[in-house]
Amino acid sequence: MNDSLHLWLIPALPLAGFLTNGIAGKRLPRWLVTAIALAGPLAGFAAVFIILLGVMNSGSATAPAFLANTPSLPFVDHFGSWIAVGPIQVDFTFVLDQLSLVMLLVVTGVGFLIHVYSVGYMEHDEGYARYFSYLNLFLFFMTTLVLAGNILLMFVGWEGVGLASYLLIGFWFQKDSASNAGKKAFIVNRIGDFGFLIGIFLLLANFGTLTFSEIASKIAASPAELPIFTGGVLTTIALCLLFGATGKSAQLPLYIWLPDAMEGPTPVSALIHAATMVTAGVYMIARTHVIFDHAPFALGVLAVIGAATALFAATMGLVQNDIKRVLAYSTISQLGYMFLACGVAAYSAGIFHLVTHAFFKALLFLAAGSVIHAMGGEQDLRKMGGLRKKLPITFWTMTAGVLAIAGFFPFAGFFSKDAILYAAYLQGTSGKILWGVGLLTALLTSLYMFRLWYMAFLGESRSPEVHPHESPWSMLGPLVILAVLSVTGGWIGIEHFSAFLAPATGPLNLEAGSTRLEIILSIVAVLVALEGLLIADKYYRRRPERPAQLAAAAPGVYNLLLHKYYVDEFYGAVVVKPLLAFSKYVLGGVDLLLTGSAWLLAGITNFTGTILQGWQSGNLRSYAAWLTAGAVALLLFLLLSGSSIDFAVALKGMGR
Amino acid sequence: MNFQQEVPLAWYLLLSAALFTLGIVGFLIKRNLITMFMSIELMLNAVNLSFVTFAHQWHAVKGQIFVFFVMMVAAAEAAVGLAIIIAVFRARSTLAVDRIDLMKL
Repeated sequence: MNDSLHLWLIPALPLAGFLTNGIAGKRLPRWLVTAIALAGPLAGFAAVFIILLGVMNSGSATAPAFLANTPSLPFVDHFGSWIAVGPIQVDFTFVLDQLSLVMLLVVTGVGFLIHVYSVGYMEHDEGYARYFSYLNLFLFFMTTLVLAGNILLMFVGWEGVGLASYLLIGFWFQKDSASNAGKKAFIVNRIGDFGFLIGIFLLLANFGTLTFSEIASKIAASPAELPIFTGGVLTTIALCLLFGATGKSAQLPLYIWLPDAMEGPTPVSALIHAATMVTAGVYMIARTHVIFDHAPFALGVLAVIGAATALFAATMGLVQNDIKRVLAYSTISQLGYMFLACGVAAYSAGIFHLVTHAFFKALLFLAAGSVIHAMGGEQDLRKMGGLRKKLPITFWTMTAGVLAIAGFFPFAGFFSKDAILYAAYLQGTSGKILWGVGLLTALLTSLYMFRLWYMAFLGESRSPEVHPHESPWSMLGPLVILAVLSVTGGWIGIEHFSAFLAPATGPLNLEAGSTRLEIILSIVAVLVALEGLLIADKYYRRRPERPAQLAAAAPGVYNLLLHKYYVDEFYGAVVVKPLLAFSKYVLGGVDLLLTGSAWLLAGITNFTGTILQGWQSGNLRSYAAWLTAGAVALLLFLLLSGSSIDFAVALKGMGR
Repeated sequence: MNFQQEVPLAWYLLLSAALFTLGIVGFLIKRNLITMFMSIELMLNAVNLSFVTFAHQWHAVKGQIFVFFVMMVAAAEAAVGLAIIIAVFRARSTLAVDRIDLMKL
């Protein structure tokens, strides 16, 4: 075996699937489309899993023979030069280290499960092949993003997943709302990408390289008093990258696209808008953590954005009635936790929450999809109820997901959320405030998740005319696997996890704490989650009339939450409307000039054409008349213009 | 009076010009394609006459050679032209030029 791992195969297989299904999918039989679509993620997951086994067993004498050749991490695969302009040198490089390994496991593993689920969910859709080709395209770009060895290649994947997200949000493009939501997601992401690009340019200008490892070693080699540290360059770069991350990961102030993105098919919401793509921002920050480590101000901004988004989105999630939108706000809120973790330099805790969140949020979305499927497309929680008996498997898996996100011991969410809150608590006074906000968010999280749970599954059915049926096994299988992962995914514990990630993200610094403190904080967190459950139980089971009364008692607050703090309206008035007005002005002024001159040219041609057209009558005698007139005119000209041509001389010349 | 005197040059040229003008006028006013064709022949022969005249006047053989060329072209033209005229007549059942103005058969 040689020392290349052929990492390019991991993105290349989904790309091949995308091309095959995208070009010929309509003419292929359905089972072949399915096989092609599932092959890419399955092969990728198998490959990554084998590498993981090799890494875990490295140095162990009992390791099986086929693992013996696993190279040590980080492993760099170099595929040649991409851009070489003067001193700027950008290569096609894939890097496999602990961080990208974990991320790849999530992307391909959860991705494969969601592909399987989609087989059942999209069974009756006309765009079956198109759907799977887009899904494969997404995996291609996502694995490229994760494996990229330099920030420019990462940006390619970053833009590519944005494209796939746009295509899949607008998958049912016949619906106006879906195509509009796709455009909104794309445009809002562009705004974030602007910051990302500026960050890339600044990196290139200041370091002359875009490779992650070289940037890290250059920062490490520079003495701290260099202008690059004191002049705020790194802080600016970090803030630019952070702005890019807020776009992709739906954080304040650019979170507005994610709730609308729920217009896409539900498995897409699970894969792209919950488990993988939206976590790309967190991944990017963890990948460039060296920059953030040297920019304390940017770290502070990061932590505040994360905590604020977590709380803000959780309050909005409380009053939503669309089952998918509740989950969307919950996703924004949980991504806020990850940002908070990165903001207190606990990157591995953030990645830990990313992984567990991928499990339980994908599970919640897929279970919600199963509910929607069973209800014949109904997404309104107020029309559900009593589904526990009708959809037993969906109910139990969903329960596991709800318990996990609410942070109950020993479900996955407990461990990761606890690690984040613990890390925040250890960051001095400001850390205590962040911890408090995080705890309040945990209460709200538990409240809105159990609200959803009670409204959908317990009580009596509120739409007796619908007869729900349990989903097929292609959908329930992934649900069960994800439910098991949502329970067990956190058992590895933050100590082992961060120790594994330490070479890539730096060690997790928890020295200020103690085991006793950690246990006390965990108990507080679980009690808070329990409180959320009790409130939900009181309002949505025992006294179901109370929420409406509360809403009537404080209509201002309720409307504020229901209309999502009017942020969309605010952006509409401040950004979109002036832009549209300006565009109209441009259309009226500049555009008139351009189209006007074009029309003038066309008019001249047209006018001349009309005149000259008359000559081409097809009438032989008119041609002959013009010919004669021309000849007579020439002769007259020669005769009247005098002696310029002497005929006699000309004739004499002929004779000689 | 010298009866050996030749016919003056101008007379030939005047005859040639008159024939040429007749050809032009015929070409312009006649409607029948064959008549117009004959007018073209008339113009060609008018030109031939002036060629021969000048060749005789200047004792140069070039003009006479040109006459042969013109006659040859005229013969070829007659063959092609008549073929076209027959094709047009088959397609249109008429030879009136002002009704053959579609620029295609």
